[in-house]
Amino acid sequence: MANPLLEVDGVVKRFGGFTALNRVTLHVKAGERFGLIGPNGSGKTTLINCVAGSLRADEGRIVFDGTDVTGLPPHRRTRLGIARSFQIPKPFTSMSVLDNLGIPLEYAGHARSEGGGAEAREILKEIGLDAKAHLRPAGLTQIEMRKLELARAMAARPKLLISDEAMAGLSSAEVDDILAILFRLNAQGITIIMIEHIMRAVMRFSQRVVVLDAGERIAEGTPDEIVRNPAVEKAYLGE
Amino acid sequence: MTRMGWSVLVGIAVIAAGIGLASLRVNPYVYFAGYVILQYVVIATAWNILGGYAGYVNFGTPAFFALGAYAAVFLIRSIKAPLPVLIVAGGLVAALLGLGIGYLTLRLRGTFFSIATLALSVVLQTMIINWEYVGGSRGISVLRPSGPPFGSYVTFLFTVMVALAVVAVLAARFIERSWIGRGLAALRDNEEAAECMGVPTLRLKLFATTVSGFFLGVAGAPFPYYVTFVEPNSAFALDYAVNALAMPMIGGTTSWVGPVVGAVLLGTASQVATVTISSELNLLIVGVVLVAFVVLAPEGLVGLVRRLRGR
Repeated sequence: MANPLLEVDGVVKRFGGFTALNRVTLHVKAGERFGLIGPNGSGKTTLINCVAGSLRADEGRIVFDGTDVTGLPPHRRTRLGIARSFQIPKPFTSMSVLDNLGIPLEYAGHARSEGGGAEAREILKEIGLDAKAHLRPAGLTQIEMRKLELARAMAARPKLLISDEAMAGLSSAEVDDILAILFRLNAQGITIIMIEHIMRAVMRFSQRVVVLDAGERIAEGTPDEIVRNPAVEKAYLGE
Repeated sequence: MTRMGWSVLVGIAVIAAGIGLASLRVNPYVYFAGYVILQYVVIATAWNILGGYAGYVNFGTPAFFALGAYAAVFLIRSIKAPLPVLIVAGGLVAALLGLGIGYLTLRLRGTFFSIATLALSVVLQTMIINWEYVGGSRGISVLRPSGPPFGSYVTFLFTVMVALAVVAVLAARFIERSWIGRGLAALRDNEEAAECMGVPTLRLKLFATTVSGFFLGVAGAPFPYYVTFVEPNSAFALDYAVNALAMPMIGGTTSWVGPVVGAVLLGTASQVATVTISSELNLLIVGVVLVAFVVLAPEGLVGLVRRLRGR
């Protein structure tokens, strides 16, 4: 395998006296399907906020595609190829679904034409939202909102897609729907980090899983190894 | 011809119509009142570039307006600078202040940003009150240049304000329809999501605060020649803060049309009220109308028309 696409080296993040991430190190290879799991409050979202740039790491280094991005603002990282969806959808409420995709297309996807209409439509079709292109986000259902999050991240033309709990609260059939989309995107060569509580989904999807607990990396391995790991069981269920 | 070309042409036509109206030499009050309404077109349009497009509500309009006016007073007193210089200088000084409050947006959002801008206005007024060279708290008289075109200086200032309003509106319209406007709309809707979608939010916010400040200062620069006596209470009047916010809200904040419609309607209404009822009633009328719109038509007249058309 070539150099890793994303290297997180010894990242520390503190909020006041609380250490949310304690020297977390992980490497994600290009084209990989990578799972990040851990109990609530274990630092998963903090970690990806540090990777995407919404938070600055206090210590450590983050290298993406050969570039040290540790000090870069989020929009620069997006342009380099890191895109994310939000756990709680944050659509641009005053714009249509189509125009929501226009923003990343114009600002990060290198299509400086007005909104890149054709490209946006293609992405919507791929995700299965094309029938809703002209609706405002307020008119979407929960799953459609999650799909919009993914579609908008895709419009940034990323090399790495971080999916932050895109399936929380969805029905079993809807989870399969989102999984199928993520598998398709991965097949197109996009590296995917999946943060998820739904074990069935994350274990089926991931080739490699890292487990966080209380800001520390406690395990890494294939889904099978993780399931059999006693430390992981302890983190989730207690002694 | 391009869309931009057409709008510039319409702008030139409006300026020509203004000059035409000025050369008719009708009742002087028309120019006197027209100046105030046009000044509010500039103020409302400038405010909306930050408040409407980017969603950062500025309560400190008087600070920018007065800064433009006092920059003019300073230049008139020190070097008797001609009007075009006053306008450009007033705009630039206010733009610098705008750039300053742009950096505030790094730490302050929503209500906290608004409170900071309000405080800024108070601080600046205190500084002006203690600066004797530009009149201090007593105020200062300004002599108008002699021999203005159209026979009277107010009529001349009216045509100047027509031109300034056209430039401000064209600039706002251009920003709104460019990639800058789309980026501002994204950060207004959700700043974190916009940043993560590749929008350089800080740079766009600095742009919006600077351009907004520039045109607020531009609106204030001819003020000393209009009133001929400048003192802090009139330059920092609450009216500017309230109207700058109320006019775009009433017209609609998401499009350049909104502030223009709001300024013309509310500006005209308050001029009529001043003549027929009393000048004290102005702010009351503005307040009542604003509350009514916030409750009944939160997207302003532009939004109301769009909704009635079923869009």
